[in-house]
Amino acid sequence: MTAADDDLPLAAPRRAAPPLLRALTALGAELRRHPSALAGGAILLAIVLTAACFPLLWPVDPLAQSLLERLQPPAWQEGGGWAHPLGTDNLGRDVLARILHGSRVSLVIAGSAVLVAAVAGTVLGLLAGYHGGRLETAVMRMADIFLAYPFMLLTISVIAVLGTSIANLVLVLGLSDWVIYARTMRASVLSLREKEFVQAARAIGTTDGRIIRRHILPNALSPILVLATVRMASIIIWESGLSFLGMGPPPPTPTWGRILAEGRSYITDAWWLVTLPGIAIMLTILSINLLGDGLRDALDPRVRNSIR
Amino acid sequence: MLRYVLRRLRHTVFVLVAISAISFFFIHLSGDPVMLMLPADASDAEIEATRRQLGFDQPLWVQYGRFVAGALSGDLGQSLYYHVPVLDLVLERLPASLELTVAALAFALVVSVPMGILAAVKRGSMVDFLGMLAALFGVSMPHFWLGIMLILLFSVTLGWLPTSGRGGIEHLVMPALALGMSLLAMFARLTRSVMLEVLNLDYVRTARAKGLPEIVVIGKHALRNALIPLVTIIGLEFGFLLGGTVVIETVFAWPGLGRLVVQAIFNRDYPLVQAVVLVLAGIFVAVNLVVDLLYGLLDPQIRYRDGKETA
Repeated sequence: MTAADDDLPLAAPRRAAPPLLRALTALGAELRRHPSALAGGAILLAIVLTAACFPLLWPVDPLAQSLLERLQPPAWQEGGGWAHPLGTDNLGRDVLARILHGSRVSLVIAGSAVLVAAVAGTVLGLLAGYHGGRLETAVMRMADIFLAYPFMLLTISVIAVLGTSIANLVLVLGLSDWVIYARTMRASVLSLREKEFVQAARAIGTTDGRIIRRHILPNALSPILVLATVRMASIIIWESGLSFLGMGPPPPTPTWGRILAEGRSYITDAWWLVTLPGIAIMLTILSINLLGDGLRDALDPRVRNSIR
Repeated sequence: MLRYVLRRLRHTVFVLVAISAISFFFIHLSGDPVMLMLPADASDAEIEATRRQLGFDQPLWVQYGRFVAGALSGDLGQSLYYHVPVLDLVLERLPASLELTVAALAFALVVSVPMGILAAVKRGSMVDFLGMLAALFGVSMPHFWLGIMLILLFSVTLGWLPTSGRGGIEHLVMPALALGMSLLAMFARLTRSVMLEVLNLDYVRTARAKGLPEIVVIGKHALRNALIPLVTIIGLEFGFLLGGTVVIETVFAWPGLGRLVVQAIFNRDYPLVQAVVLVLAGIFVAVNLVVDLLYGLLDPQIRYRDGKETA
């Protein structure tokens, strides 16, 4: 991936406001010109807020079974009722509550995994790009190996051995995804290192740590942000796939993938069990992708002209 | 060129060795594999006997050496569950997985490339808008959920297609569609953006100025250059396809490697898991090697200098 090889969006930072803050403000202004990205961001925000606050809005236990009410259709269909707006599953559990719970699980796992991957990748890429030498060779060799190891097989084989738990999932998903950040970061750093303002900073005796903090990081962070958004979508899909296979968070945690897997046995009688959780996943991914597309357009000047 | 090929081969061997080492050590990550293999009430003597029998009493590096020596002569160990050589099991299931993967890839390419070209040529039109909207939905759908939706529509409601198993083309349609959809969407978006870039370049303008028919300009001049990024992505996304088969094969009860590995995980059949992972990773690495070498055919500008042409 050479998303940001040479032409980086921001020039040398001026004085005043911390560089990072200023980069984010500029990003906000740029995003306002992309209505679809704003829409995606708004939907995503709504989803995140719902995942955070749903116990206030829909305080129903996702694990409470009620065999008398099993396989009730959604409220708008004959036989359904507003006690269970999205129907019930084979054990009479409320589907809405389960989907809401699933959103929290998915977002927490994917968010933490992205954080692990982005931080690990950024640090390794930064060190490799800035210091070069043996360290660079070692990091990039390791990256080659991870790239050649199909991501999903890696997660599956680790989970097979370590067992399923939320912590293991975050670790595995995060650590199998650091490479793309490291490569992007290294490419950015390599080009920034030669820029005049970095050379100037070095000439006046600025320390390495300060150069990295003040000059390199703020200017190299935007491709990482785009990547993190895009990868978040992939990780949510893959987490739901693992859950579907029974390798997600251990039962009885309700996850989107598990609701789908359990609903599959009732596909002829209960369409809502296999349809609605998927729509929840798709809506989440769609909003992230819209936001990601907008971010990329806003931050990468090369595609800004060609797309749209 | 030869030097480049040799360097790529050396790199491939290095990666394969590393992958085999990683998968080997994973299995020992959880501590003593023998404890996992035997029932919980096994006696100490039984455990010791099994350990000796399987060579687990040796130091780890000796075990790895043995494993590599075995792998080189085609012996990846015995399945703990089926009690037959794992390689036999893998080779038996491999054709089904390859059939599914190739069908999905073919489906994705056949639809996406014309779709992307059309969207680029008719940029800003309704066709462009609808095509790209569909592609956005395509990349946002989990493939296994799409598979379930296809079953709901074509098997449960309409009764047109069988829900599971492998057989004729009617068995292949839905799994291939489900597996290929997100790639289709991704390829269509990529083809469109690359074509938009290429269509603005000088040589395309020259070709048009010469009065060449539009179909030749697009089909011959523009498309050839648009293929390069597409080929790269195919190589990288092949890993996605192989991983995707794991879930899709479970949805459609497709008798391939994906389902084999899922069952192996639940049976704690580690040698089998390891063999499947190794074979799939090997295929992935081989595909990417081929892709790298293909560049030379597609792009005469790449003459494989001894610099750093990383894909």
